[in-house]
Amino acid sequence: MMMSNELSWLPDLINKLDKKSVREAYGSTLVSIGMDKNVVVLDADLSTSTHTSMFQKKYPDRFFNVGISENNMMGVASGLSWTGKKVFVSSFAIFATGRAYDFVRQSVCYADSDVRIVATHAGLTVGEDGATHQMLEDIGLMSGLPRMRVLVPADGRETEQIIRYVYENRGPFYVRLSREKVPVIHDSDTFRYGKAETITDGDDVTIMATGILVAAAKIASNHLKQVGISARVLNMATIKPIDRDSVVKAARETGRIVTAEEHSIYNGLGSRVSEVVTESYPVQVKRLGVNDTFGESGKSWELMDKYSLNPMGIVNSVEEIMKVNK
Amino acid sequence: MQGSVQSENLEFIAKEVRKSIVKMTFEAKSGHPGGSLSVTEILTYLYFRELNVDPANPNWPDRDRFVLSKGHATPALYSVLATKGFFDKSLLRGFRKISSLLQGHVVNHVPGVDITAGSLGQGLSNAVGLALAARIDKKNYRVYAVIGDGEADEGSIWEAALSAAHLKLSNLIVFLDRNMIQLDGFTEEILTLGDLEAKFTSFGWASTTINGHSFDEIARAVEWAKKVEGPKMIIAKTVKGKGVKFMENNPEYHGKPVPNEEKLNEALRDIEAM
Repeated sequence: MMMSNELSWLPDLINKLDKKSVREAYGSTLVSIGMDKNVVVLDADLSTSTHTSMFQKKYPDRFFNVGISENNMMGVASGLSWTGKKVFVSSFAIFATGRAYDFVRQSVCYADSDVRIVATHAGLTVGEDGATHQMLEDIGLMSGLPRMRVLVPADGRETEQIIRYVYENRGPFYVRLSREKVPVIHDSDTFRYGKAETITDGDDVTIMATGILVAAAKIASNHLKQVGISARVLNMATIKPIDRDSVVKAARETGRIVTAEEHSIYNGLGSRVSEVVTESYPVQVKRLGVNDTFGESGKSWELMDKYSLNPMGIVNSVEEIMKVNK
Repeated sequence: MQGSVQSENLEFIAKEVRKSIVKMTFEAKSGHPGGSLSVTEILTYLYFRELNVDPANPNWPDRDRFVLSKGHATPALYSVLATKGFFDKSLLRGFRKISSLLQGHVVNHVPGVDITAGSLGQGLSNAVGLALAARIDKKNYRVYAVIGDGEADEGSIWEAALSAAHLKLSNLIVFLDRNMIQLDGFTEEILTLGDLEAKFTSFGWASTTINGHSFDEIARAVEWAKKVEGPKMIIAKTVKGKGVKFMENNPEYHGKPVPNEEKLNEALRDIEAM
């Protein structure tokens, strides 16, 4: 039986896991698709953090640092796209979606521009910089925009696949990445656009997780198995369009759903899943996320533990929902 | 310099465009006649003398680009585009009406429109992107844009201005419609813009100031702009509501059409007598 401290990231669970940087996966994939002369990359003075600097090194003529001007960056991206460029723009999630929201709405989505926003440093795992830089509302902001598709990879391998997918398809897209290296989930290419990925199957409850929380859900499900709860774990890499079929199937077959995300409980994965469940097959849904508060400074995994965005948080949510009769 | 016959032609077109602006907004019972009447000569000159565009092939990759950053001046732009032959003039009657092609603010699904705009302060950044693409692709087209003076309240205009100067975009030629009026009143009473020529010059642009209702001055400024290095800002001093006496310099007509048939006829008589 796992001890409860084995369900928290700290003191040492996170250190035992094989981890990879999703930002590096982004940068290296940009370099490989950069063979296509139509790929242009913009950044707003964060290129060494977002890792678009890797593309800059290889293709300096097709990389533009616009300075600390995210609004202008989105407008420039739109203009470039209307000449046939496949444009990638990067910044931190807080600036790319919050600061530049109206430009994303008007110049990218309403204008139907071929632009991919790949934002890093989403969520609490920004760490020490604290609440001003910890974006917890971006999935909601971006999902609400017509034409925008929202993707959240769970690890480096999935990031590579998703960046290739958005390169091969016309924008607009929003891809959400984190600052921290994240636990490796995949050893093969599994991403299918618009489809939930079954990590483990189960009958008693479904845990739908996205981003870093997929790793937490996997660990939680192992623990739950030991206490006699069979949990299905789904990786929801595509938040919009949500995989309605998998959500309804989970509701029908397991009768209880827990969602887990490094995002506000409002307007993120939990809300999208709840909408589908309410419309199509009402069962109880428990949302694990940040409960309508801002973040704070601290080490990334300390914060994830403090805000219950860890295997323990998922186990507790499952145990709570198990009290509900199907 | 253009010959006198061509000048007369431009003046004739501008008159027709003005009438169309007043009629379109009257028919729609909404819209922005004031700032459309102030940019009429600029748009007429660009589309009938300057822009290398082909109404039969609106998406021709080597065409000059035009961005109406003050995206509410659609009555002027749509009238000019229809006159130029990008689409049928009968479509102007659907302006601002449900399920019609011509939305209130400029959208690039309309033939001849390159960039969607309307939320102020965004078109200029789009123009920077278009101009930058010409450099990447080693193409010779130019990018023209029109921004409003009230629009220069937006911080993003100055982000774009820094960007264009930093990138040394010599193929970018921008007109600023200096009509001194924005929705709530006079620009200098709401947020002092001051000497915009000096401001853009200090941002690294080549700047000049002209009478935006004079085809000769517009022509001279464009010829100047094509020779000078870096991004160009042409501050066009204009009169909001130009051509319709009761609209001229009257903030009320920023976003309001003529109220009735009687005023419509008065406006059309004023324009005819210009």
